[in-house]
Amino acid sequence: MSAARGSVGPRLRRVALRQSYAFALLLLVVTVAINYYLQPNFFQPGILSGNLLLFVPLMLVAVGQTAVVIGGGIDLSLGAIVSMANVIFVSLMSQEPSPSRILLALAAGFLAGILAGALNGFCVAVLRFQPIVTTFATSFIFAGLALYVLPEPGGTMPPGLVNFFYTNPLGLPMVLWVVVLLLLLWGLLRSTRYGPYLYATGGQDLSAFVSGVPVSSVRFLSYCIAGLLAAAGALALALSTGTGNPIGGTDLMLQSIVAVVLGGTRLSGGQGGVVGSIIGVMILSLIQSIVSFSGAPSSWQTLINGLIVVAALAGPGIVALLGRRRQA
Amino acid sequence: MRRLRLNPIVIALVLAVILFVVGGLVQPGFASYGQAMNILRLAAFLGIVAAGQTLVIISGGEGIDLSVGAMITLGAILVFRFGDGQNDQALLALAIALGVGLLIGAINGLGITLLGIPPLVMTLGMAGVVGGLILVITGGRVEGEAAPALTNLVSGSLIFGIPGVVLLWLLLGGAMWMVLQRTAYGRRLFAVGTNRVTAKLSGVRVPSVLMLTYSLSGMLAALGGVVLLGYTEQVFLNLGDPYTLPSVAAVVVGGTLLAGGVGSYFGTMAGALVLTLLTSLLTALELPESARLIVYGATLLLLLSLYGRQKALRQ
Repeated sequence: MSAARGSVGPRLRRVALRQSYAFALLLLVVTVAINYYLQPNFFQPGILSGNLLLFVPLMLVAVGQTAVVIGGGIDLSLGAIVSMANVIFVSLMSQEPSPSRILLALAAGFLAGILAGALNGFCVAVLRFQPIVTTFATSFIFAGLALYVLPEPGGTMPPGLVNFFYTNPLGLPMVLWVVVLLLLLWGLLRSTRYGPYLYATGGQDLSAFVSGVPVSSVRFLSYCIAGLLAAAGALALALSTGTGNPIGGTDLMLQSIVAVVLGGTRLSGGQGGVVGSIIGVMILSLIQSIVSFSGAPSSWQTLINGLIVVAALAGPGIVALLGRRRQA
Repeated sequence: MRRLRLNPIVIALVLAVILFVVGGLVQPGFASYGQAMNILRLAAFLGIVAAGQTLVIISGGEGIDLSVGAMITLGAILVFRFGDGQNDQALLALAIALGVGLLIGAINGLGITLLGIPPLVMTLGMAGVVGGLILVITGGRVEGEAAPALTNLVSGSLIFGIPGVVLLWLLLGGAMWMVLQRTAYGRRLFAVGTNRVTAKLSGVRVPSVLMLTYSLSGMLAALGGVVLLGYTEQVFLNLGDPYTLPSVAAVVVGGTLLAGGVGSYFGTMAGALVLTLLTSLLTALELPESARLIVYGATLLLLLSLYGRQKALRQ
């Protein structure tokens, strides 16, 4: 792509529209505007980052889900992996742990996440089971392990760590650090050979295979990445709630898929990116805060939230439909 | 490479028999006639819900309906409220529940065909909407009563100690076979699932077929909710949730391809039976819940390894 010459406007628009997350960006602006209208103090840093902090676990899971979806798969077990890693972190860190104990707990939780992802990856990429039903089956295994480690919600995270999670390191909100870190890691991943391999695998796995892409390894690794990020999400969940819950991750699984699709990544694979998914999570967070500040009765809030999410999902389709009408 | 190709329905039925016998060996009383009827009754709920899921999955295009769980709950709640324990109102309540199911399924179909939303996220979003609708209708509290006729149909036995709901399930099985094998809709459904472009070029109106398919799925899920109500006699706000993904698993275990175009409802019935037997067996073993979940997941994985595999890359 050469630098913009001549008429900048149309070219800029074309470049912007080519991004898979163009629509998500538009939606982000709209939801931010509505939020600002409903809560004039919305932009005060504390409130904004406080709202988003609750969505850090979902953000991490959604980024992992993105990697799997781009590779042509889907992972329905990420919620269960979050639950499993969450209770591992909490049960190993309870009761004023020593620093070495904390390190051990961190290692154990992340290892569990990666191993869970590896099991998914092995079944899908090597044994070639269908991703949807396979990860549904393994989700029972991880959910069972979570219940085995911690049968009832409970335990406490070290207060020092929890407080750190709610601080603003170097004056910047924790959410921002997470986003920057995720974008850096994703950029790094894309700059290696793995990036194009992942997109090629998801786009057309047979052609990729014939062209010499190690399709099975690429796909296997995408599930491991998702498992690792699910463990990170579990840590964020443990830190934001301060306690452990053997079913704490359940809701994250389906929400992560919604966030990925809102962000413009297609479930058919081979396209999309992490930027969109992060925006998707922000949109979900903003929709929720719109609903709770709208003054709607509480029994209506779930319905309104659901309707707005469906409308957001339908957005690109409606735009395309109107475009077709105009051409016809 | 030669591979032993077995009919998935046969595999599933053999598995069901094995599970039943194993259950009888480890837990005396598991293999009794009464217990067998009870398992069949539980399988009927899953089987009825999975009927719609079968149609949706055969329709291809990554077809899946994740709104069935919420639809089950809504169907049960509508009958609970409008029926209000009166037999003469039960039919009206049933009609309302099925009508709402049809309508919500149609909205799913509209989003998928007209707006091009992937079925997985469309039905997932719809599950959220229906969940919200349930909260609005009930205000979080569910009041009403199951009609005695409904309870009798599900829990009582009509002939030879066979519960009415099992007979209803068999009837549905026959109807599904007729629809899939003997109607124009059935032929078009398989054509659409195999290849949408070919189907379209052959004169099949793909969007109408898909609309009908998702509408039927919504309606059958609502029907599943109604019969489930006859069993539980109470409604919980998450009554149907545990059926969503098992309905997909039952379809796959029954040999219907997730890619679409291939499948049968008899397979799904066998799949529902296998999954229900597995759950019942694990419950009968009185394992702790954690072990039960792990064994269930591992067995499901094992089942998938039997015939859930995709083609190898290297041919």
